[in-house]
Parts: sequence; structure tokens; C-alpha cells
Amino acid sequence: MPEIPLEMNLSELPTGETRIIAALTGDPEIRTRMQSIGLRVGREIAVIRRSRFGGPLQVRIGTTDLLIRPQQAMQVILT
Amino acid sequence: MKRVALLGMPNTGKSTLFNRLTGASARVGNWPGVTVDLLSAKVLLGADMVEIVDLPGIYNLHGFSEDERVARTFLEENPVDLLLVIANSTQLDRQLALILQLQELELPMVVALNMDDEARRLGIHVDTGRLAQELKVPALSISAKQGFGMGRLRQALSDTLAQVESAKSADLNRIFRDDDALEARLEQVFRGAVQVPLTATDRLTDRIDRVLLHPWFGLPLFFAAMLALFEAVYTLGAPLQDGVAWLLETIKTEAVEPAVTQWHPMLQSFLLDGIFDGVGTVLSFLPIIVLFFLFMAIIEDSGYLSRAAFLMDAFMSRLGLDGRAFVMQLMGFGCNVPALMGTRVMRSRGLRLLTMLIIPFSLCSARLQVFVFFISAVFDPWAAPLVLFSLYIMSFAAAFLTALLYRGRLSNQEPLLLELPPYRFPTLPQMWLRGWREVTHFLREASGFILLGVVLVWALTHYPADVAPASPETLAGQLASLFAPVFAPLGIDHLMTIALLFGFVAKEIVLGAMAVIYGAGESELAGIVAGSTDWVQAYSFMLFVLIYTPCLSTVAVLKQESKSWRFTALAVAWPLALAWLLSFSFYQGARWLGL
Repeated sequence: MPEIPLEMNLSELPTGETRIIAALTGDPEIRTRMQSIGLRVGREIAVIRRSRFGGPLQVRIGTTDLLIRPQQAMQVILT
Repeated sequence: MKRVALLGMPNTGKSTLFNRLTGASARVGNWPGVTVDLLSAKVLLGADMVEIVDLPGIYNLHGFSEDERVARTFLEENPVDLLLVIANSTQLDRQLALILQLQELELPMVVALNMDDEARRLGIHVDTGRLAQELKVPALSISAKQGFGMGRLRQALSDTLAQVESAKSADLNRIFRDDDALEARLEQVFRGAVQVPLTATDRLTDRIDRVLLHPWFGLPLFFAAMLALFEAVYTLGAPLQDGVAWLLETIKTEAVEPAVTQWHPMLQSFLLDGIFDGVGTVLSFLPIIVLFFLFMAIIEDSGYLSRAAFLMDAFMSRLGLDGRAFVMQLMGFGCNVPALMGTRVMRSRGLRLLTMLIIPFSLCSARLQVFVFFISAVFDPWAAPLVLFSLYIMSFAAAFLTALLYRGRLSNQEPLLLELPPYRFPTLPQMWLRGWREVTHFLREASGFILLGVVLVWALTHYPADVAPASPETLAGQLASLFAPVFAPLGIDHLMTIALLFGFVAKEIVLGAMAVIYGAGESELAGIVAGSTDWVQAYSFMLFVLIYTPCLSTVAVLKQESKSWRFTALAVAWPLALAWLLSFSFYQGARWLGL
């Protein structure tokens, strides 16, 4: 049976898959901003698509779609 | 008079609601403690006149963004009677957080749940009665776009205001209640009042995105859309600008000139070539500003601007910019003035200033006129398209180089976290209102400055009175001789230097000015220029014209939008320095190569 990693960050989540936000790391200012736009612990998050050349990810939380750059996506820990 | 503050997250239709409530009467104004202009309007609610102030969209009352600081300071420094909080009904799972936070300010509140129509379509049901009960404030479903529920909202506002005894400013120290408690409360209110089906996504938006954000076709479609937009503004704008110019010319020759023939020639010239042309310069921008904002409203309100950010961000983020900056830069190729005003969609000041610094490098249609003339006068027909193309390349290169150099200083601390709203269509009245507001703002803020500049250049080129205007004997000519050591190494002689001085006002008048300077008709001008300049000098001159200050109106708008003389000075001085360096390197390099 292939091993499913327990923890990963949002930038590693394959396109089309859904997981639950476990924690936000990094700079408190950016964390506050992420939280208030809807990236809250316990919410389900899915990667809808990735832009080319290492550009931003389109993610979906509930009814909200967001753009997030890979370096910020790395700060979103998923279970 | 009682005062209502309108608050809400971005993308909730806040400005649409504001427009619905206030119509065209809104004015931008300064407020104590707040560094940016806020729109406000006085309207009749019930029997009383009430002032409604539109605060910037915020996600969080204790966030760190520019807009959040502005909203906070406003509430602390300006007493309000009522908070009108608008929320997007389809996103209450996160938007309730702001409402709950605002409730801790203990100010009277009315909640407007907007986009009721969209929520219904997605199958989301909001129990407004239950929500009002939980929050202990009036809560109403509305659709600001369709105008649904506005009567009841006005009623609720005037009823609630009737019970308010005195306005209070907010004490923000009290709202640092811990987020976990707020979270728990949010869950409780949300579960009780809102039902969301399992999959509540906009299928049409998903389908459109599958095409417009396609990994291969997304970018080509984006460029095609931008080209179409640019073409539309240009094709519709050019005849309108010509129309305004024709109208002004007719008024000048038919009405003003006959009226002043008896006056002293100097006074005549001051009135006709100074004041009247200055007013003309201001007016000629009006149609293009209205038009630009009509189209901006479409791409902004439709949600496509966020998609542009998705497509272009990989490249633009390396320059310290984002995809929206690229859209504004492209719009600048039509006219820099409205493109600069359009940067207001960028809410981070650093990002916005950096974008405003690069827009003036966009080769606008006025500069194009000058280049087309020079290229056809000096270059062989086979080389002409290549030369013009190279100038476009230089335009991008100068912009990107500037972004790279200044991204550290005007850096963009806020990470790109943008919402991708579903595709929506703005209504025509909304679009007109926006265009109208921008035009009046431009007239109020920029016209004085532009007029002053035009008059100044008139004085330089017409004094002393006993010599031919714009000739080497005028102040402008003397100034040009003074600067000869600066411009000679670029291959620009001192007659052309006078033309550059005119170009500071507007590139549209450069050719006319050269005709005056050389004492020739515009038709003979091509021959004279071809005879007196070789292609290296001509290209050096065009490079300088491309890079240095595009026009006085651009400078006026840079000041209007940045509200900073220091930034405006930088935005004038840096392009001048860059223009000189590039022309110098080109001219000396070419001569060194023996060209």
C-alpha cells in the first residue's frame, strides 16, 4: 500500500485534490491576512489549477476561490 | 447631520450599493487622520439628511494592510452614528467574521446581505430573521446590482438612525478579543442561519475559466483580449479626441479670435496660445478618460483582472509587480493618464507606486505621432517598421528595468492573495457613473497644474515679445543654448532641444512646435528634418522622446494619485536621467562604430 504522507503543505497538494487546513505558519502579518481572506484552520481546501512557470495556484475554500503564490502556499499546512 | 459608515470586504458589491444609495452626488474628500480620499455623499433617508461615507474594502479590522489602517483610523477619529455593513450572501462562512468583529465596537449597525440573486442561483439559503436575531441587529437581503430590497434597506437605516442619540467614534483597543472565541461564535451563527448545498460553485464561471485560464490558450487569449480592448479605446477615442480638438479650434477661430483682434498682440497670444490651448489640453483628455473607465469597469467588475493576475504573475512577480500592473501598463500604450488612474485597483501602496513609475514608459498614441513622422522623414521605407518595433521593445525594456531597479525601495510587502470572483457583468449606469466621477476628479485635481504648465511654456517661448515665437532668441531658445552641453553629446541640436521643451507639455504639440521653430509648414518639415539630421541623430532624439516625461498631464496625474511631491519628483527625474543615458549610449556608441 502506498504511503500517504500525514502532513504536507498546500503547494504540494496535487491539482484537483482536497485536504483540510491544519495550521498556518510564517510571518504573523501574512498569517492574519491569510486567515481573514478565508484560509482558516479546519476548512477544506482544494487546488483547482496551477498557472504555468511557477505562477500562483487557484484554490477553493467553500464558495471562495483564491489566488495564492507558491511561497505563501508553502506556509499552509494540510492534514 | 447623522453619519453612516459603509463597510465590507472587497468584492461584496460595496461600491455598487454606495452608488445605489447616493447616485451621482458623491464627492471625494479628505477626512481627519486619513491619508487617502474617501467618497461620501449626503442623501435624504426618511425625513433626515444623512451623510454616507464609503470606507475601503477590508477583510479584518486588525489587519495590517493600507486599507485596513485607513478604515481603523477613520472609525477612531470620526464619530459615526451607524455602521452599514455589507456582506456577500454566498460567502457568509467567512464574511460573518468581519460583522462579528465590528459588533465589538458597540456601534449601531445594519447588515445588508448582498448578491441575494447569486445566492439563490447557487442554492444557498440565508435565514435573515434568524441572523438578525443572533446578531441583534437588522439584517436584510438585497441585490445592489438589481436594486432589489433597497426600499427596505433605506427604511431599516432611517429606523435605526432614529434611535441613535449621538455619534460615537470607535474604541479599537477593545476588539482584540481572541480569534478562537470569534471562530466559535461564527460557526454557531452560520450553522443557525445559512444553508449551503454540498457543491455550491458557479458552473458557468468554471466553464469559462477552463478556457480563459487554459494552460496553453490562456495567455494568447489574454493578449488577444488586451489588444481588442486597446483597439476599442483607441478606435473610439481618437475620433472623440479629434472632435473635441475640432470644436475647440472652431470656437477659437470663430468666436475668441475675432473678439480679441483689437487687443495688444502679446495679450492676444497669451490668451489664445497660452490659456486657451491649456484649457484645450485638459479637455482633450476627457473623452479618453471616460472611455477608458467604461472598459476598465468591464474588465474589473467582470473579475477578469484577477484572472490576468493569475496568467501573468509568474513573470511580473519577478519584477516586484503583479499581473494587474501589466494590464495597466498595456493600457498606457493608449494614454498614460487614465492608466495611472486605473492603478487604484491595487491596494498596496508600494505595488501601486511601482506600477505608476513604469506606466509613463508606455509608448502612448501621442508619442506614436512623433515617431511616425520622424521615421518616415528619415528612414527608408523598408526599415520603418523595424525602427518603430524597436521603440516598442525599448518601451518595455525601460519599464522592466525601472521595476527591477526600484522594486526594493517601493517593495510590495503584501503577498498576492486575490479573490477570483465569479464572472459578473457591470450595469451600464454603474459604468457611466464611474467614468463621470473620474472625469470630474481629473478636472478638479489636475487641470490647474496643467494650465499653469502650459502658460509657463508659453511664456518661455514667447518672451521677449519682439522676437519670433519659439526662435533661438526667446527665453526657451536661450534655455536650449544653456543646455547645449547636455544635449550635444546626444546628437540633439539646440533647435530640437526647444522642441523637447514643448514636448514636456504634450507630445501632440511637438510637430507643430517644430514647424514654428524651423519656420516651415508641417508639410515642408519632413524635408528640412531629413536634410538636417541623419538617422543616428533622429533615433537618439526619438529614444529621448520615448523615455522622458510623457506630458504635463501625466505629471499632474502622478501627483493627483500619489499625493506625494517626492514621488512625483522621482517619477520625473528618473525617466529624464534614463532618457539621457540611453540616448547618450546609443549616439556615442553608433558614432564610435562609425555610423
